[in-house]
Amino acid sequence: MSEKNNPLIFELSKPGRRGYRLPDLDVPAGELSSLLDPGLLREREPKLPEVSEIDVIRHYTALSRRNYGVDLGFYPLGSCTMKYNPKINEQVAAFEAFQQLHPLQPESCAQGTLALMHELLRQLSEVTGMSWGTLQPFAGAHGEFTGMKLFKACFQKRGESGRTKVLVPDSAHGTNPASAHLAGFEVVEVHSDSRGLVSLESLKEHLDETLAGIMMTNPNTLGLFEEDILEISRAIHDVGGLLYYDGANLNAIVGKVRPGDMGFDVVHLNLHKTFSTPHGGGGPGCGPVLVSETLLPFLPVPDVVKRGDGYHLENNRPDSIGRLSGFYGNVAVMVRAYAYLLAMGRDGLARVGELAVLNANYLKERLKDSYELPYDRLCKHEFVLSARGLKEKLGVTALDVAKRLLDFGIHPPTVYFPLIVQEALMIEPTETESLEVLDRFVQVMKTIAREAAESPETLKQAPTSTPVRRIDEVLAARKPIVRWHPEEQS
Amino acid sequence: MIAYLPHTEEDIKTMLVAAGINDIEQLFADIPRELVLSKPLEIPEGLSEFEVYRRMQALAAGNRVEPVSFLGCGSYQHIIPSAVAHVLSRSEFSTSYTPYQAEMSQGILQGIFEFQTMICELTGMEVANASLYDGHTAASEAAVLALNSVRHSDTILYSSTLHPFTRQVLKTHFSNLPVHLEEVPADNGTTDLEQLVERLRPGVAGVVLQSPNNLGYIEDLSGLADRVHENGSLLIVSANPLSLGLLKSPGEWGADIAVGDTQPLGLPSYFGGPSVGYITATEKLLRKMPGRIAGQSLDREGTRAFLLTLQAREQHIKRERATSNICSNQALAALATTVYLASLGRRGIREVAEQNLHKAHYLHGRLLKETPVLALHNRQFFNEFPVVLPKKVAEVLSGMEESGFFAGVELHCLDPLMPEEALLIAVTERRTREEMDRYVEAMKEALS
Repeated sequence: MSEKNNPLIFELSKPGRRGYRLPDLDVPAGELSSLLDPGLLREREPKLPEVSEIDVIRHYTALSRRNYGVDLGFYPLGSCTMKYNPKINEQVAAFEAFQQLHPLQPESCAQGTLALMHELLRQLSEVTGMSWGTLQPFAGAHGEFTGMKLFKACFQKRGESGRTKVLVPDSAHGTNPASAHLAGFEVVEVHSDSRGLVSLESLKEHLDETLAGIMMTNPNTLGLFEEDILEISRAIHDVGGLLYYDGANLNAIVGKVRPGDMGFDVVHLNLHKTFSTPHGGGGPGCGPVLVSETLLPFLPVPDVVKRGDGYHLENNRPDSIGRLSGFYGNVAVMVRAYAYLLAMGRDGLARVGELAVLNANYLKERLKDSYELPYDRLCKHEFVLSARGLKEKLGVTALDVAKRLLDFGIHPPTVYFPLIVQEALMIEPTETESLEVLDRFVQVMKTIAREAAESPETLKQAPTSTPVRRIDEVLAARKPIVRWHPEEQS
Repeated sequence: MIAYLPHTEEDIKTMLVAAGINDIEQLFADIPRELVLSKPLEIPEGLSEFEVYRRMQALAAGNRVEPVSFLGCGSYQHIIPSAVAHVLSRSEFSTSYTPYQAEMSQGILQGIFEFQTMICELTGMEVANASLYDGHTAASEAAVLALNSVRHSDTILYSSTLHPFTRQVLKTHFSNLPVHLEEVPADNGTTDLEQLVERLRPGVAGVVLQSPNNLGYIEDLSGLADRVHENGSLLIVSANPLSLGLLKSPGEWGADIAVGDTQPLGLPSYFGGPSVGYITATEKLLRKMPGRIAGQSLDREGTRAFLLTLQAREQHIKRERATSNICSNQALAALATTVYLASLGRRGIREVAEQNLHKAHYLHGRLLKETPVLALHNRQFFNEFPVVLPKKVAEVLSGMEESGFFAGVELHCLDPLMPEEALLIAVTERRTREEMDRYVEAMKEALS
């Protein structure tokens, strides 16, 4: 990686430089004051940088070299499914006829993209065992919010506005309680039992007429399949509640088992996880929501429908929760996911779940002697180790282990999550990693465990090979600097 | 054989043995038998890369993008420097996750920090976040921010001149919640500010306006911020950031929160997404902002370094008490905007905004002078304007399309209160004088 202190683009600025030449204005330029009241014009010029094109390219290329992606190496980040992002997907997503399509141009001129969206929805419905859905949500959390709005709309239609409570397991992603709360539900935490699964006893305490439903991830964030799922879904449905499936972990079971068959009423998927679209440093993602027949009338508008030979965006849905996003969501992400589905096909998809689970179980078995494995059982696509022992005996934390991994050029696992495991290291290898990559990871993890015992300071000092060392988080939070200021220019 | 899966048969055997598992099926032994799929999914067989390419090419051929486009209304066709796609293709950025491991993510973190700075500069505000989904959902997030910031508030006033989809998204967001959304009517194409001020009362958290508004008109917000602040409420202004190269910024109007969509800054229309929602605000709202925020700090050796900061606001820490549920945002698309703004620079952004203004006024002038088209209102506009045709828009569009033009957006389709004769025409710096001259001729013919 490159030098330590990298200038900001603003610090490269020199008055008079330009990084782009526009075509000359080819219409008469009237006096500004004859077109607009002077009071509508800005007074203070925005302090954007003044740099040439080569400055732009070198600057952002230098930044890219201070960043780590799946294309550089192993990325076993639990619950994030950092699988390989196929390059054909990028190539087809860049087609001019996809890129230049305007969201409000005549439907007759957008049939290619509409057909793609329709077939993508059909295939996603088939993969999840649901009836139909929407591609509008921009990300998983947006999908969750959509799902909670669907719950609300359904209960309102049934005249059951007293259903105010949504159950969320203590192992759930943070977005689950946040989304349920945002949609106006009261969040009630359900405990995990000694197996690491939703406790049926804890669940049963909440089965009453105030129950709206439950949000579950299956396999859960410990990487464990919720074996009692049929009993849970029966119990929830028996009291008139609904089940929400957080699809963050679908990669474990894709092509093998379907949330719809487990009894879920709403499912969200993360196309940027299971369906191979790149994470982009935090987005754009896509969080399609699929529903059972019961919830079909409430889906957001517009709906993508097939009519005769053509495709159409339908807005006439009287019971719909309404519009979720300005247009139709992150369409470029849908294009990539569809290309992935075409390449994988039904056999390939089934293979995804199998190999993702094989990779995880292989790593789990090879690492459980060096680190604690709080839930030692068959896992699905991920598993959670604990550095609790290291911390108690040697004062070395999960964070130290993670930071040391950086020095070996490996992205660390998710740390300190799920919350129910102390000093958690949540590892998800995905199916696209080879035996050799996994073996190297095992070797590095064992080296780090040894270092923890022999020279803990090595871990405390880590990382030392990255462009910067450990960063002062407290300073950043106490005196937040969230933008550059011109006067700070040296 | 699937190229994305590296396992050989031998690898699989080795791994099964090491894991103490007999066969692949045993990996799923914890799943109730009746749940395991017994028949293949109704999805076609997988294809080779070349076949995928051909299939996608065939789909793309079902789209028509050749007509010269005068479509806008929230998504615009602007010139995008080559540098943008080039930087976005760096897979060190595109294949990275959210930069929680800051030491190996300095590139994207610094990029976000630069994005935040540029968006603050354009909007004239003090703080920004890393991005939201789009401009429409950003308006909802701003409303939530106002409700969380103004004590004992339960009402959001919004102008009927917000983009119709922004209004719809707001309604979806707050449906079934104890929040009153109150629409303030327009007077002759822009917000009726007298009515708005009359509606200010205790309980109003914020006032949401858009400029240029849904008809392309520039809202004159002189004196409004004072009235809103006197009531203890917040002023939220949604603005097309490209227009801010020229027009008074939300900060200069006295806004507390600015939102909008950076699609005009370096992103293709892509049937509506991805774009980037932005949100900027006054410093005192920083700790209540939604979403991720990149901050500057120091590493152990005193070197300047960037990281995601103020995470205590966020869902993965605060869970149901978070300021928002947002997790993934539009990071890579925000990087496109950053590279766009770096390329255009201080003077380029002004120039592109002026070109939009002049070109839109050129077409507007010719249409009004030489065709039977009328202005919908007499208001000042930036790069799009509504006209009234002597017949229904629906009867004109296909003729214009045959002449090689997407003539504009039929406003009635988006907002049934709009007349069926109203057409919204957007002109960006991409349109040439020659294209506009032909457009005028085609319009004459279509209306004859």
